[in-house]
Amino acid sequence: MALKKFVVGCFEDEKVLFPAVAKVRKAGYKIHDVYTPFPVHGLDKAMGLRDTSLHTAGFLFGLIGTTTAVTFMTWVFTKDWPVNIGGKPNFALPAWIPITFEMTVLCAAVGMVLSFLYICQLAPFVKRHHFHARATDDLFVMVIECGDKTNEKELSSFLSSTGATEVNTQVAEEGWWIGRYDKEQELYKETNIA
Amino acid sequence: MSLTKYESQLREPLVNGNKTYGQVTNDIVHTIEVKPTRLWYIGFYVSVAFLLFGVYSVYREVTYGIGQWNVNRTIGWGWDITNFVWWVGIGHAGTLISAILLLFRQGWRTGVNRAAEAMTIFAVMCAGQFPIFHMGRVWMAFFTLPYPNTRGPLWPNFNSPLLWDVFAISTYFTVSLLFWYSGLLPDLATVRDRAKTKLRKHLYGLASFGWSGSTKHWQRHESLSLVLAGLSTPLVLSVHTIVSFDFATSVVPGWHTTIFPPYFVAGAIFSGFAMVQTLMLITRKVMNLQDYITLGHIEAMNKVIVLTGSIVGCAYLTELFMAWYSMVPFEQDIFFKYRIAGPYGWSYWLMMTCNVISPQLFWFRKLRRNVTFTFIMSIVVNIGMWFERFVIIVSSLYRDYLPSSWSVYYRPTIWEVGFYLGTFGLFFTCYFLFSKYFPVIAIAEIKHVLKTTGESFKNEMTALEQKEADSFYDEMHHDHHEEGNVKVAHH
Repeated sequence: MALKKFVVGCFEDEKVLFPAVAKVRKAGYKIHDVYTPFPVHGLDKAMGLRDTSLHTAGFLFGLIGTTTAVTFMTWVFTKDWPVNIGGKPNFALPAWIPITFEMTVLCAAVGMVLSFLYICQLAPFVKRHHFHARATDDLFVMVIECGDKTNEKELSSFLSSTGATEVNTQVAEEGWWIGRYDKEQELYKETNIA
Repeated sequence: MSLTKYESQLREPLVNGNKTYGQVTNDIVHTIEVKPTRLWYIGFYVSVAFLLFGVYSVYREVTYGIGQWNVNRTIGWGWDITNFVWWVGIGHAGTLISAILLLFRQGWRTGVNRAAEAMTIFAVMCAGQFPIFHMGRVWMAFFTLPYPNTRGPLWPNFNSPLLWDVFAISTYFTVSLLFWYSGLLPDLATVRDRAKTKLRKHLYGLASFGWSGSTKHWQRHESLSLVLAGLSTPLVLSVHTIVSFDFATSVVPGWHTTIFPPYFVAGAIFSGFAMVQTLMLITRKVMNLQDYITLGHIEAMNKVIVLTGSIVGCAYLTELFMAWYSMVPFEQDIFFKYRIAGPYGWSYWLMMTCNVISPQLFWFRKLRRNVTFTFIMSIVVNIGMWFERFVIIVSSLYRDYLPSSWSVYYRPTIWEVGFYLGTFGLFFTCYFLFSKYFPVIAIAEIKHVLKTTGESFKNEMTALEQKEADSFYDEMHHDHHEEGNVKVAHH
């Protein structure tokens, strides 16, 4: 993956962050991402991100669980090995409700968590460039991608004017890869501007 | 999806002290970064000792068979199924706090949910051992799973409540674990990014799965927690319902009753909250987290305890009434001759005192907010809830339909008790390790509610509310004048 240049602005309060996001978008810059220590509600809308459809995936996984459980138990008790249990019907749907329900929940939960990890590219040994160590502590870190024509200096001072308390430029891989944590760190160059 | 957009001044702050985001991180992560206290070491080693004794008890049971226990042909389910139901019940409070209270938008859950979820997982781990080792030949435990085998394949009986239990408990454990760990990811990343040593950075880096705090990830994370909460809510109700089916679908007097599912679920939440109180009161004291687990949190949980305790009390009385009303001599005998009276009568009255009568003291606000009293009550409730399961199991079994198989002499052996003590060891060993290496409070969630329910925010809001109230009053006053004028004009 190619190295890219990013201008990073750090904000200390979400009240300052929201207008800054609006201003940066209005000025035509491309926001790579905003890293926050906790879910800031409304920030996804402010950044123009679409809603997630993860819950739909959860529903589909649940549906898979339901059908698997019902068809499997039906097959076992009516086709594969019908057992006479006190003369009760072999196709005993009401008695299968507990297992069907549990399987629905299990499949939905496991499927959804795995999809979440997959689409967010989260796994042990995943190596990612973290733009600021305090992004998981108390800073809201806005990262703007630089294009060919972007004037870094101008962008940096613009970010400062929107209320960023700390601005710097970083060159980093945009994506992620599986690797070791400390070795790969050498790839990055970091230059402070303001 | 905000938890609380605006909160009235009548509600007390959820986070005391004028904290900033950085302070929240520091307060919670600090305990992970320093050496544990003496108290922690003592507690940990005592737990490990209990655990080892439990391991030896289980070793004896596995080697010499169920005969190591005093369960017999009449009382086939003695201490160990009692312990199973007790531990599963304790687990329920964690899911209730993390899932049901999330759906109900209860902001106060943020202070206690992480530790309560951990408690759920450890409690279910303890619970699962009992039915597994009760099988006797524990190495055959996998026979309960529907896997293609060389015996036909011969499948398990899907109509059996005991098999439903296998599915319910394993699903419950898996889903709770996923819910807990997915919530932990951002907080582990916080620990990672503060780490000073290389090893710590590496290990927390592994554990946090490379979490970065990206807005898109947060958006998905929120959706994930909401759906998992929605799934866990019916799940937690189903688990204890299914556990109660183990009894309710049988034809044993005292068990064969339709009230069991709601009665068991209420009892589970009741005992679970008591265990959360026990753990939280110790945690907040030892780790100095009184600002995050406030008296308000303790009071809220005590309110749940008095509610569920009263539901359980209602269920006890309903059972007695239904036994009398049913006109079935077996039911009546079990309840009136052998349960509330007879050789095990003392355990019934112990249960009644601990579960129904003593929690009623929580109607007094002073007692709800008293830490010492709450701590004692949390232990009392859990003793009572253990005896509830003991009463249900033993007092229904020791008087069979056949007087020839009646039995009174059920006393647990040291290895039966040792197994139970061993699960305490397991539970507390896990909890001690958790409290040392993981953030015991959900950091990100606390930060999320900080600006709406933190103390400094509340103070700001007081001034704001006063201003609004004043302007409202002025306006009303003004309106009345205008109305008066209009009326005059009409006349």
